[in-house]
Amino acid sequence: MANDYWRWPESRWTNPGIDWKAGETVSAGVDVGAVSSQAVVLVDGQLFAYSNTRTGSDSPESAQKSMDIALQDTGMCLEDIHSVVGTGYGRVNVPFAGKSLTEIACHAKGANFIYGSAVRTILDMGGQDCKVIHCDSQGTVIDFLMNDKCAAGTGRGMEVMAQLLSIPIADLGSLSLQVDEEPEAVSSMCVIFAKTDAIGLLRKGWPKEKVLAAYSVAMAHRVAELIQRIGLEREFAITGGIAKNEGIVKRIENELKTVALKPNMDTQIAGALGAALLAKDLADKRPQPR
Amino acid sequence: MNVAGIDCGAKNTKAVILSNGKIRAMRSISSGFDYNRAAEKVFDLVLEEADLSRENVIHIAVTGAGKKEVTLAQSAVTVLSADAKAAHHLFPLARTVIDVGAEEARAIRLNEAGKLIDFAINEKCAAGAGTFVETMALALEVSMEEIGPLSLRSERELSMKAQCAVFAESEVISLIHANYSKADISRAVHEAIADRIAAMARKVGLERDIVLIGGMSRNEGFVDSLKRVLKEDVQIPDNPEFLCAYGAAVKAAEKARQS
Repeated sequence: MANDYWRWPESRWTNPGIDWKAGETVSAGVDVGAVSSQAVVLVDGQLFAYSNTRTGSDSPESAQKSMDIALQDTGMCLEDIHSVVGTGYGRVNVPFAGKSLTEIACHAKGANFIYGSAVRTILDMGGQDCKVIHCDSQGTVIDFLMNDKCAAGTGRGMEVMAQLLSIPIADLGSLSLQVDEEPEAVSSMCVIFAKTDAIGLLRKGWPKEKVLAAYSVAMAHRVAELIQRIGLEREFAITGGIAKNEGIVKRIENELKTVALKPNMDTQIAGALGAALLAKDLADKRPQPR
Repeated sequence: MNVAGIDCGAKNTKAVILSNGKIRAMRSISSGFDYNRAAEKVFDLVLEEADLSRENVIHIAVTGAGKKEVTLAQSAVTVLSADAKAAHHLFPLARTVIDVGAEEARAIRLNEAGKLIDFAINEKCAAGAGTFVETMALALEVSMEEIGPLSLRSERELSMKAQCAVFAESEVISLIHANYSKADISRAVHEAIADRIAAMARKVGLERDIVLIGGMSRNEGFVDSLKRVLKEDVQIPDNPEFLCAYGAAVKAAEKARQS
């Protein structure tokens, strides 16, 4: 679709080094988000397969689709999975999940897996909300702060910019860094007003990358403020779609005068990954987070 | 003596010419992205309507979001003082003035002499300004002229969950898909913004008489919701979107008399 700049491309991954049939516990997590849905399958706590798909208008269908894509060509079917946890805003609508847990608990657990046990502050920038989570070395939540009221500082703001500038969302980060000098932030935090500001700047003859930089500066500032309200404890890591936008990551790092840990996998799967880890705990009858 | 007030709003630029204290002409045009050009253009138009030339106007005062970019004016006044001046002039009993424009909303508390004693302002969030309704009207595929009367035809109460205009737009689309009528959705939109405007107005203390001005006071659906939420009646002048420009013009007349 030509006007589909705002969505991340769908993807899937399988670990060829794992013979799942030899595994003892197969667990899975499904994160049905506002914009995208992910499914992660673990074999004895090892990452076996994942998918990153687009959420449709129907949550159960989106959950099923992400699971189907994750299991594609693996020879595994849903019945082979011992325990499934659903999370995300559509978590209560995952028909095949034994339990649903909050995305806060799942993201903390997932970040702990992706980034290691030293992570204490997690910034999760989702499609329609933004969370800052403090956790311990086990990935258990200690405290969190969330913005789900205002689109500024969430993935939604970036999507609006992607559409406005006709640039695929995956390219926004690198493009926003192609400025010689950091422009002043757009005057308004509100996404609706920022859009008007951006149109004004384009009419003034600003190149797209400069407009994008001005918007990214404002967004990074907004998010940094949220982090500072709860306090930054290192190590610091970012999950969600925005973690893939290096323009925002770099600017948040500058604002906070810190460096975020670099991921080695798709940061959008953190919630589903955490759900899969907690599903394993459930299957192994280990104590559950509240 | 002819003076002019120009209000460079985020959406529209308005001009008022006063001749010996009486309104002689009024014009409004879209601000576009160049406030100075909009001010020049609307001033020419209002002069034409008043059958005057630039030399006949002895003082021009400018106000509004774009006032700093405007070069033709002799003085600039804040929107708050322009609002206060205009409301007190037309409604001497006014103690609370609520001005809801496209990208900004203000509540002003006045004393008996019309002096500003407190104010609250929202310029940060579209959810508390006219843009909110405009965005929802677009999602509903109705015009800004239609959404007010449409909302008065609502037969079912419905409340919106989303606050942010960006999220509310998605919610409106979901409500359309869930087969709620456009009338019911329109009313829910007006109730939502009226709630936020009322919360802002309560910050300065609601004291009668309450005067409502700004472009949004043209929207009878919003006015109906605001009255219900405030549990108070509101006075609305003719041409409420020109009040801030009118206040600037009254200020211009004062300046002209002083010099």
